[in-house]
Amino acid sequence: MKPAPFTYHRAESLAEAAEMAATLDNARLLSGGQSLMAMMNLRYVAVDHLIDLNPVAEIAGITIGSGRVTLGAMTRQRTVLEDAALATCCPILREALGFVGHVQTRNRGTVGGSLAHLDPAAELPGMAALLGAEITLTSQDGARRVAMADYPLGYMTPDINEGEILTTLSFDAWPSAHGWDFREFAQRHGDFAMAGVGSLITLDTDGRIDRAAVVLIGVDDGPVRPTDVEAMMIGETPSDALFRAAGALIAERPMAGDALVTEAYRQHLAGVLLRRSLANACVRASESAHA
Amino acid sequence: MPDALPERRITLTVNGKEHSAVTEDRYSLADFLRHGLGLTGTHLGCEHGVCGACTVLVDGEAVRGCLMLAVQAEGRQVTTIEGLAGDDGTLSPLQAAFMDNHGLQCGFCTPGILTTLTAYLRDNPDADEPELREALSGNICRCTGYDTIVRAALAAADAMRKGATA
Amino acid sequence: MSSTAFVGQRVKRVEDPDLLTGRGQFLDDLKLPGLLEAAFVRSPFAHATFTEIDAAEARAMPGVVAVLTARDLPAEMLDKRILLQVPHPEITYAVTQEPLATSEVCFVGEAVAVVIAESRHLAEDAAERVIVDWEPLPATAHCDAALKPGAPAVHSTMTDNIAGRLNLSFGDVDAAFRNAAHVIRERYEPHRGTGHPMECRGVVAVYDLVSDAFRIWSSTQTPHNTQRAVIDMFGLAEDHVRVITPDVGGGFGPKNQVYPEELVIPAAARLLGRPVKWAEDRREHFLTTTQERDQVWDVAAAVDDDGRLLGIKGTLIHDAGAYLPWGIIMPYISATTLPGPYKLPAYRMAVTIAFTNLVPTTPLRGAGRPQAVFAMERLLDAVAAKLGLDPAEVRRRNFIQASDMPYDMGLTYRDGAPVMYDTGDYPDAQAKALAAAGYDDFPARQKAALAQGRHIGIGIGNYVEGTGLGPFEGATIRILTNGRVAIYTGAAAAGQAHRTTLAQICADELNIDVTDIDVVGGDTGVMPRGAGTYASRITVNAGSSTRMAATELRGKALALAAAKFDVKPEDVELTHGAVRIKGEQGDSITFEELAKMTSGMPGYALPKGVKPDLEASGYFTPPQATYSNGSHVAEVEVDPETGQVTILKYTVVHDCGTIINPMLVDGQVQGGVAHGIGNALLERMVFDADANPLTTTFADYLMPTAEIVPTCDIVHMESPTPLNPLGAKGAGEGGTIPAPAAIVAAVENALSPFGIRITDCPITPQRIVELINAASETNQEDR
Repeated sequence: MKPAPFTYHRAESLAEAAEMAATLDNARLLSGGQSLMAMMNLRYVAVDHLIDLNPVAEIAGITIGSGRVTLGAMTRQRTVLEDAALATCCPILREALGFVGHVQTRNRGTVGGSLAHLDPAAELPGMAALLGAEITLTSQDGARRVAMADYPLGYMTPDINEGEILTTLSFDAWPSAHGWDFREFAQRHGDFAMAGVGSLITLDTDGRIDRAAVVLIGVDDGPVRPTDVEAMMIGETPSDALFRAAGALIAERPMAGDALVTEAYRQHLAGVLLRRSLANACVRASESAHA
Repeated sequence: MPDALPERRITLTVNGKEHSAVTEDRYSLADFLRHGLGLTGTHLGCEHGVCGACTVLVDGEAVRGCLMLAVQAEGRQVTTIEGLAGDDGTLSPLQAAFMDNHGLQCGFCTPGILTTLTAYLRDNPDADEPELREALSGNICRCTGYDTIVRAALAAADAMRKGATA
Repeated sequence: MSSTAFVGQRVKRVEDPDLLTGRGQFLDDLKLPGLLEAAFVRSPFAHATFTEIDAAEARAMPGVVAVLTARDLPAEMLDKRILLQVPHPEITYAVTQEPLATSEVCFVGEAVAVVIAESRHLAEDAAERVIVDWEPLPATAHCDAALKPGAPAVHSTMTDNIAGRLNLSFGDVDAAFRNAAHVIRERYEPHRGTGHPMECRGVVAVYDLVSDAFRIWSSTQTPHNTQRAVIDMFGLAEDHVRVITPDVGGGFGPKNQVYPEELVIPAAARLLGRPVKWAEDRREHFLTTTQERDQVWDVAAAVDDDGRLLGIKGTLIHDAGAYLPWGIIMPYISATTLPGPYKLPAYRMAVTIAFTNLVPTTPLRGAGRPQAVFAMERLLDAVAAKLGLDPAEVRRRNFIQASDMPYDMGLTYRDGAPVMYDTGDYPDAQAKALAAAGYDDFPARQKAALAQGRHIGIGIGNYVEGTGLGPFEGATIRILTNGRVAIYTGAAAAGQAHRTTLAQICADELNIDVTDIDVVGGDTGVMPRGAGTYASRITVNAGSSTRMAATELRGKALALAAAKFDVKPEDVELTHGAVRIKGEQGDSITFEELAKMTSGMPGYALPKGVKPDLEASGYFTPPQATYSNGSHVAEVEVDPETGQVTILKYTVVHDCGTIINPMLVDGQVQGGVAHGIGNALLERMVFDADANPLTTTFADYLMPTAEIVPTCDIVHMESPTPLNPLGAKGAGEGGTIPAPAAIVAAVENALSPFGIRITDCPITPQRIVELINAASETNQEDR
């Protein structure tokens, strides 16, 4: 299990990386390498050139200002997990990042790498979808912005053109009084989820849901925002019946099935997880509204 | 495939000692440590980033040695199992606790577990059992059933709180 | 009688200092000048034929020294297959693998060529460029399907897929079923998993042209088996093949086979005149290292109104995989293990061993026993359910009593001796396990939990395990001229701490410290005869041999010193590393001086009439297996909505006779339970209908992690066996054997409100949800 030969290129700046990406044939960008290196070791992926983004400090880091959060692509997953300001303004990120791999992989794995790899069960693309994030792609021709909703083109196929480098992920933080919940199901901690659900909720002064966002991961080619579920929440008072109805609705949605996990089980899991997730998000929304 | 196999010279510090050596671009850090520098204490158990046997510390943080390229370690400080004991060979409190608590059987996963716990206990000196079990969840041990590893880690943490050093 | 300063104590391991500091020497760590590395070209099909292998492009690749196919191997290897390790008269088609397949491959991963290059990277580059003209054939993916009419032939030379049949019976089974108040029938299907030592396999071979001899390092449990197979293949004398085990990173059974690579790599080393290494990677391990556990049991129990067993009958289909490297021992063990600790008046089991186009099966920690215990314990749970009895009570009513020992079960074991349980108190083992597990309080706890919406359950697994099999394992002990004591043994260690265990036994006999002893094991060059490390046999065999040899050596040292001092042997005694005259101070001779005296060194004269003999050998040959036993109780919580199972508490009562080192036995038990948890909940090799493996990474094949495996509560009982001088029994597999039965029973118990029955393992969350859904649909139809 040794990778096929390639030439390594160390990019010292974004401009240099963009130039390499524009000129080298059959090249891949290397960020954390926690998926790519494994696939190369298995020889599922063979490239002629590997462009290492790790030295490019200008696309690493977290900025929070005026309610807008921007994560540099080379920000390590561990940094996201442990960032106190981020945990305050966007607590669901810490909850979700706790499910990403293990300490050793989070020390290397990056935000941009996860988004570019776009595993259907990955938490970070799920969070990006849930938060309605925008992705910035930079090339020698300049920057291009893509809404996360439009970004996945198919199974592990992001909307990244030749020569483009994913540089940032940005999104608006929810109001400080909101409820959140992320949960997923795998037999072991840190494994890719068979299904996962993230929920964000705000309540009006009467305790009715006035804003809801839901994402499913691991059930389709990419993260799924079930707009029907989100719509049915609006104006409703949180109740077990409401959450059950949401779970039942999601369990009817067509989902991926494979030799190890059937579609029926994924649908069932998604329904259970959604119900539980909404319930907890609503509890937290209520708590934060009264805090 | 390129005509000539790409390779380059890298300089890095391993266990406090500077090394300069030529490596093929494609060599993992683990393969380089093992075959380039002869530090065979770092083991490869799966080469797809799950088992954790190859874990080494890069600038003090635990990483999978099979998922990082040797060329990426240019200029870095790397610590392997060979570098955990004191200069005079005194076992670190963690190593000593593994011996006292039967924290290993075949010893193949042990290098990755010791490096992982070395960093974790440095950052979390008061870790409790559930936290330690989560910290160990990226390291597979087939022999022990983990109990003695957890006991050893708790004992090491206790010893270090009381001032033990390598 | 010697003192027991070490035997029975929690002695720290002499193995640890090297392993904790990175100084271990595992197979892939070996450095030899000019070492080449190998990568194999393997079949992508579960069944195919081929005629041509085009290696021209591969041979021209950078760093490639050779590409060898079957026809490039030395003439002695032509038309030869690997030596069958365990012949048996009931094998109907004794087919083992070829070193490299010549025209037909029968499982995904079977090797057809090997690339030898300057590095593993380069060898893999070239292996990708070897072109084989595959002709895929239909494949058989499961042992049950293999026996159906029209099933694809696993080997194109076969007309059926039967590897052998076994019929075991005792008592009047037909009468038992005629007279039964109740008959309970079930089908049980344990599934395939594998060992996954963290170190994969590997071989390094050096050929010495001057003496026409091989030196082979192999990451194996059985260096002598490898040596025998190499001797058989190349037609060499014993002393021309030396097989050495370096540090071995776990075995668990699959490393006790002889594999094609262990023959091809030596052949390559000879052909090329350079040392060659092959270090298996994890993907190869998934494809080519042996697995185990697919079986189909159709069993029926005849019981009286009180739940007492009258008889058990049934059929067992065992999955052999594509070849029979280890014969048909596993299903034999399965069939003889089933009765367990229970009085069974009549028994009949018809066993069919079926070939499949999957990697071969050979003993894996437990070796056929976990499946048998699963079938028996689940059957007793079914009896309890049918009769409305507590599962523990049904077991109590059927136990063999301590007063029945020795107990002749009525079958012949694999060693040819009767299955004669030697010692043990099975009812007490269960009683202690239930007490430690809080079994009596459990119904109240379960009720309280259910009131909170939590589903908890409890399950029992009892077993008896034949251990310590012969034929023998030897030990030679020598006092060296540096004053240290060396133990040489054929036994190869893979984490069991043989060096510590054998040193403990020897240290007590010679009245020295364990750190004064060097144990050299797993080297055919230092111990010409040996069997191997499997079947929980090393402490019994090598340990007893060590005791025998140490006792003899003690006598020799005393006699030698007595002659030197011109006193009677009974007037001298062993002190720490010396022999001294009793009752006096100062007049003593150290081991070092004794050894020098007997070494032929000038200036060290021998007393008159004394032979220069300061070594002794022991070959303990056990008369029969000795039977360990135990009782496990698992308590679990199940989330019926997701199917997730959490083990809340795990209790083990373990009886392996006299314990040499409780710390090590605890480690074996806890680690064994972890493996059993994998078999119960996580680990399953999944294949598609064409016999392609689908779980070939650790992301798909789930190994237990630190968050899954709880700390076991271990209670030791010691029923020493009279069958060996130590009183010891095997301890390496008992942790694993009953775990799937106990855990699955607990899951079923937790889900009793849903009325489901679980008859296979591992039991996955998806399967649990499916069973619950199926049961609720049935219940709705019933209404």
